[in-house]
Amino acid sequence: MQETHAAEHPHPTAATYIRVAVILTILTVIEVGVFYVPVFHPVLAPVLLSLSAVKFAIVVMFYMHLKMDSRFFTLLFGGPLLLAAVVMLGLLFLFGVFAFEH
Amino acid sequence: MSEATGLKSWLTTTDHKRIGKLYFWTAFVFFLLGGFEALLIRAQLAKPDNTLISADTYNQLFTMHGTTMVFMALMPLAAAFFNYIVPLQIGARDVAFPRLNAFSYWVFLLGALFMNASWLLPHHPAPDGGWFGYATLTERQFNPGPNIDFWLLGLQILGIASLAAGFNFIVTILNLRAPGMKMMRLPVFSWMTLVTSFLMITAFPVITVALVFLMFDRVFGTHFYLPQAGGDPVLWQHLFWLFGHPEVYILILPAMGVVSEVLPTFSRKPLFGYTVVVYSGVLIGFMGWGVWSHHMFSVGLGPIADSVFALTTMLIAIPTGVKIFNWLATLWGGQIRLTTAMCFALGFIALFTIGGLSGVTHAAPPADLQQTDTYYVVAHFHYVLFGGTMMGLFAGMYYWWPKMTGRLLSERLGLVHFWLMFIGMNLTFFPMHFIGLLGMPRRIYTYSHDLGVDSMNLLSSIGAGLLGLGMIVFVFNMWRTRRHGAVAGPNPWDGATLEWSIPSPPPVHNFDVIPTVTSRLPLWDAPPKPVPPPGHIHVPAGSWWPMVAAAGLPVMALAPLTHTVWIVFVGAAILLYGIYRWAYEPFEV
Amino acid sequence: MSHAAPAATAHYTSMGLDSRKMGFWAFIGSECLLFGSLISTYLVYQGRSVSGPTPSEILNIPVTSISTFDLLMSSLWMVLALAAVQRGDMKWAKVWLLGVAIGGAIFIGFQIYEFSSFVREGLTLQANLFGCTFFILTGTHGAHVTVGVLWMLTLWYRAMRGKLGPEHAMTVEIAGLYWHFVDVVWIVIFTLVYLLHK
Repeated sequence: MQETHAAEHPHPTAATYIRVAVILTILTVIEVGVFYVPVFHPVLAPVLLSLSAVKFAIVVMFYMHLKMDSRFFTLLFGGPLLLAAVVMLGLLFLFGVFAFEH
Repeated sequence: MSEATGLKSWLTTTDHKRIGKLYFWTAFVFFLLGGFEALLIRAQLAKPDNTLISADTYNQLFTMHGTTMVFMALMPLAAAFFNYIVPLQIGARDVAFPRLNAFSYWVFLLGALFMNASWLLPHHPAPDGGWFGYATLTERQFNPGPNIDFWLLGLQILGIASLAAGFNFIVTILNLRAPGMKMMRLPVFSWMTLVTSFLMITAFPVITVALVFLMFDRVFGTHFYLPQAGGDPVLWQHLFWLFGHPEVYILILPAMGVVSEVLPTFSRKPLFGYTVVVYSGVLIGFMGWGVWSHHMFSVGLGPIADSVFALTTMLIAIPTGVKIFNWLATLWGGQIRLTTAMCFALGFIALFTIGGLSGVTHAAPPADLQQTDTYYVVAHFHYVLFGGTMMGLFAGMYYWWPKMTGRLLSERLGLVHFWLMFIGMNLTFFPMHFIGLLGMPRRIYTYSHDLGVDSMNLLSSIGAGLLGLGMIVFVFNMWRTRRHGAVAGPNPWDGATLEWSIPSPPPVHNFDVIPTVTSRLPLWDAPPKPVPPPGHIHVPAGSWWPMVAAAGLPVMALAPLTHTVWIVFVGAAILLYGIYRWAYEPFEV
Repeated sequence: MSHAAPAATAHYTSMGLDSRKMGFWAFIGSECLLFGSLISTYLVYQGRSVSGPTPSEILNIPVTSISTFDLLMSSLWMVLALAAVQRGDMKWAKVWLLGVAIGGAIFIGFQIYEFSSFVREGLTLQANLFGCTFFILTGTHGAHVTVGVLWMLTLWYRAMRGKLGPEHAMTVEIAGLYWHFVDVVWIVIFTLVYLLHK
């Protein structure tokens, strides 16, 4: 391939960016709301983790353009990210954070 | 095109070949320093109840020996070859970020000098907590002086050098390959450089965090590793070994890469099972992240953790063993030429295998409980790091010396060097298997006659003397070759890979014309036809800014060392100013 | 192909990708391990403080929600800045770049306010495990934000001097990658440290 740049896919428009910002705001509001509403407390952790995972994903995919860019960048970021997550889980196990008996 | 000479051209160089040479000589000096520290250790241990070296000094010696060898000798020696050879092997004119490359070197030099400066201060407060710096021994309460501060600050600086180099080589190897140089045509040395670079950029952040925590404990009174506030010293061990285990693969993979180049050349046969060798290298990189707590079997992690890590450790022996079989199969039926480089590569196979075998014995926690913290472990890691990495790096030195200097090292002196290394290494470290199992602990400055290890320790020390002799022979060989070495052409060994297609030493622009690659063994399968060189080939200029930016780091480190906060802002200002000027100076690769 | 394009984009590349962008994504991958280690330590030490203030006593969710929102919005200004630079609209590029810098500075302002009120209430670096793990984690993040603010101000300053244009879009994109990553790390920290505190 003789080109210097990968063919850039058409960029998301400002409208897309603002839509993402609105979703991020809504998700944040829901998160804080769930935090304050006592009835949600049993499912607080899974709900908050899922919501923040979604926020993480849409910032990375749209603002950081990963969805539209070469899949190699996804690998370059995703690999170490996965490694960090697995290492974190390993440490939590080793320190008894998920212990069955105390 | 003539190349600039003179001090300024070296200080501002962004040429990967010059940077490679800077790395080589700096690392070699530190290798000799680390070796001298080892000789003092062995002199002290040559007989029981010796009083040559005090206990405190002894602690400094083994700490600095280990730290110097790992971070200031072995890694930068490999980096010397990453720098010099990889762009040539992939058919590029330089690395992706030449100034970042220079920055890496200067940061390495400054970090190494920073840590070793401790030897020169009154009462020589050199680091003395072991190369692995276990808390709480390294905490302020038990180590009030500046020794550990030198260690943790020097290491943080050195870490930045490795990180920068890692980013550079990842992009270089992936993005600057010549046309037709598909990934599965890449020389194994370049592949291993790629895997090593990924390991560096993922492992060094973890030790950085560990060191920052220790620094805050020592300087700002936090309690990251202090039990009295609920902290856990074992956290240090986890963070250190999460880095430390990938680090040992960072140390061995480049040497495995060298061996994978040298064996085929001097067997006149392609590497057997190239694909398998590459994939096993990648696999070792991944699996290396899953074994770290095998350094902690005596800490009380519990049966589940012990079993998991025992299993993962045994599994990682598989891709490692696979490589050995592939190397042997490469030799089988080949037209063997026993050059010095080849001898070192063969020595690597034998000695690394022995080290791997003792390593596998560590994988079983019950056995390891007997072995850990004894000289048995010292035997293991010296077999893999000296018998493995250093022998591999020596092979690389003899192999690539003609390419880098235009002259061949003396084979006669080389063989003397080799035999002194091989015999000396075995004499020094083989007895340690027994010394350890007979109960001599690591890191003690003397031992009692009652232990019954006197004669073996003496043998070991004699072996170390042979190693020292071997190094003298090598230094003499290097010096003599400058004037009297046989002049080398482009391909004195009839090698197959691209670095042998250009003059020795290469012109500053490497290739007159970037080759188009059609095979894994370009010079054996399709020798490039001479092409008339083009007119002007642009070569990037030098720059002062990488060095200026690098200088900011040791200045920043002076702040915690001297407990003077404002210095960190001065250092940061130097760093940021250097980066700003670097970013905006006109510079074209 | 622009001949004014600096450094690594002016040549053939084996993956057809911009070398600087590739290098920067590798850097971001590396930073995942950095923050991962800091977050792991925070989580491992959660609930193990022997004495001193606890998260539920000290953390101010409403205030931190505002600073979180501010940081999220600054990511919006960042993508708008990049879009402006890419289409050569330097007038709006300057506005948005300054906006990112201000957004980041506001976030730091909130953090300074937060840190000093925590210290006043007895949560210092040295008070307990919560203190040291909290301050190092959020402090490292804050230091990253600060570097980002300086970066944005530098780009804004270059733009004001007429030295930033669409031919430099890649450098702005990379600055954006940095900024969004710092934002994304905060999303993780806000959830794990603030919302999921013990």
